[in-house]
Amino acid sequence: MLRKTFETELQQVKDNVLFLGSLVEQAILDSVEALKKRDMDASRRIMEADREINARRFAIENQVMVLIATQQPMAHDLRLLASILEIAGELERMGDYAKGIAKINILMGEQPLLKPLIDLPRMAQKDADMLHRALTAFLDEDVETARAIPQEDDEVDALYNQIYRELITFILQDPTTIERANWLLWAAHNLERVADRVTNICERTIFIATGEMAELDGAANGEENA
Amino acid sequence: MFDKHEIALSVKNLNVDYGDFRALENISLEIPARQITAIIGPSGCGKSTFLRCFNRMNDLVPTARVTGEVLFYGQNIYDSKVNPVEVRRHIGMVFQKPNPFPKSIYENVAYGARINGYKGNMDELVERSLRAAALWDEVKDDLKKSALALSGGQQQRLCIARAIAVEPQVILMDEPASALDPIATLKIEELMQELKKDYTIVIVTHNMQQAARVSDYTAMMMLSKEGSRAGTVIEFGPTPQIFTSPRDRRTEDYITGRFG
Ligand SMILES: Nc1ncnc2c1ncn2[C@@H]1O[C@H](COP(=O)(O)OP(=O)(O)O)[C@@H](O)[C@H]1O
Ligand SMILES: [Mg+2]
Repeated sequence: MLRKTFETELQQVKDNVLFLGSLVEQAILDSVEALKKRDMDASRRIMEADREINARRFAIENQVMVLIATQQPMAHDLRLLASILEIAGELERMGDYAKGIAKINILMGEQPLLKPLIDLPRMAQKDADMLHRALTAFLDEDVETARAIPQEDDEVDALYNQIYRELITFILQDPTTIERANWLLWAAHNLERVADRVTNICERTIFIATGEMAELDGAANGEENA
Repeated sequence: MFDKHEIALSVKNLNVDYGDFRALENISLEIPARQITAIIGPSGCGKSTFLRCFNRMNDLVPTARVTGEVLFYGQNIYDSKVNPVEVRRHIGMVFQKPNPFPKSIYENVAYGARINGYKGNMDELVERSLRAAALWDEVKDDLKKSALALSGGQQQRLCIARAIAVEPQVILMDEPASALDPIATLKIEELMQELKKDYTIVIVTHNMQQAARVSDYTAMMMLSKEGSRAGTVIEFGPTPQIFTSPRDRRTEDYITGRFG
């Protein structure tokens, strides 16, 4: 068919989105792992690696803008490119959440963890898993999967609420734990937000495939959950 | 589709044949008043033929036969009692290639009005029409100069002024900017936005970006089916919808450049 070059370039941008997504996925998992092991060096590496995430996001934006300017995309192509701008932004913010968790580990300094981490790694695992499948759905424009994933946000919210209650109990029993509890709560908050942004990616996938702009559960109410 | 808009032209089951060749098949749609409606589609699908149906220009093609109805504010312009010359006074046409008469700028604008027996102040009409066509400032000191000395873009705006001078309600434009450079094209597009305050505009364009930029509604034309040479309107809707989320696969393929 026509427009071979354009097709190739579209595919390249999608590949770049996927690559960015895999960096972010890894950063989320690594940041919690480093916190769990109190590995400061690993956390510093994660903070450093966030620069690459930011740079790749800008590169994708740039690539998309050049395509819009030179190819005048319409219909599906236009929805795809506009959505990629959005998705790259969401991924970059998720990277910031991972960086935030890395920073918490460094700020904690010599203080021990308030408790061994169990639910935080579970949240991180769930986030990474949802993100991975959301990006696969994006690549395949799989509307059914994109609709299903945001429903799993409830699990992440449930883990968050569990962590929240547990940490509050610590604080009530011993107010001197407040700072250490707060650090972990902040990490949990970051992980909860990641899942909300995965929902936003799923919304974009549905928009790309159908032209329908729908708000899926789990996205809008993110801030109130916190 | 347009709750907010009055309907200027309503096409019902329109067919056009050139001899035994069917050029247009079974078109029905409504053109909203004081809006810009764009007709797009691959070349040869019948866009110009369709446009000519709106003011009975096909009457001038000996082999052409039009069946169906075109209602202009409810009146069928193909009714045997209707005078086609009268139709063209209300529904004017601007062509692809600027076609000024080899006369002065002033005479070009005054010409149609004079034929129609215009009794008012001719100087005023000429000025008003040239202003409406965004040409007055450029030619006001040269009204006696030959129209042929103007640039292509100016000539096209002169033709628009000439169309406006007979005070029509609808202006049909068949690829009005395709012979113009980008700046002159932009001027025509800007002008259309001004004109739509007073006129209903239907424009044929092969330039999709132009349709997307200037029009409020877009009609997508294509050959009606595989193997047929008859064109028809396959999708009609608000321009933003057509260009972001077309419903018909063929529209999608055409506007994304995957057609052919
Ligand atoms: N005067 C005519 N006599 C016979 N066939 C014509 C005439 N005008 C146009 N056609 C045919 O009708 C079809 C549609 O032409 P036209 O309306 O000019 O298409 P478009 O404007 O979309 O390029 C074409 O196949 C063309 O050859
Ligand atoms: Mg034509």
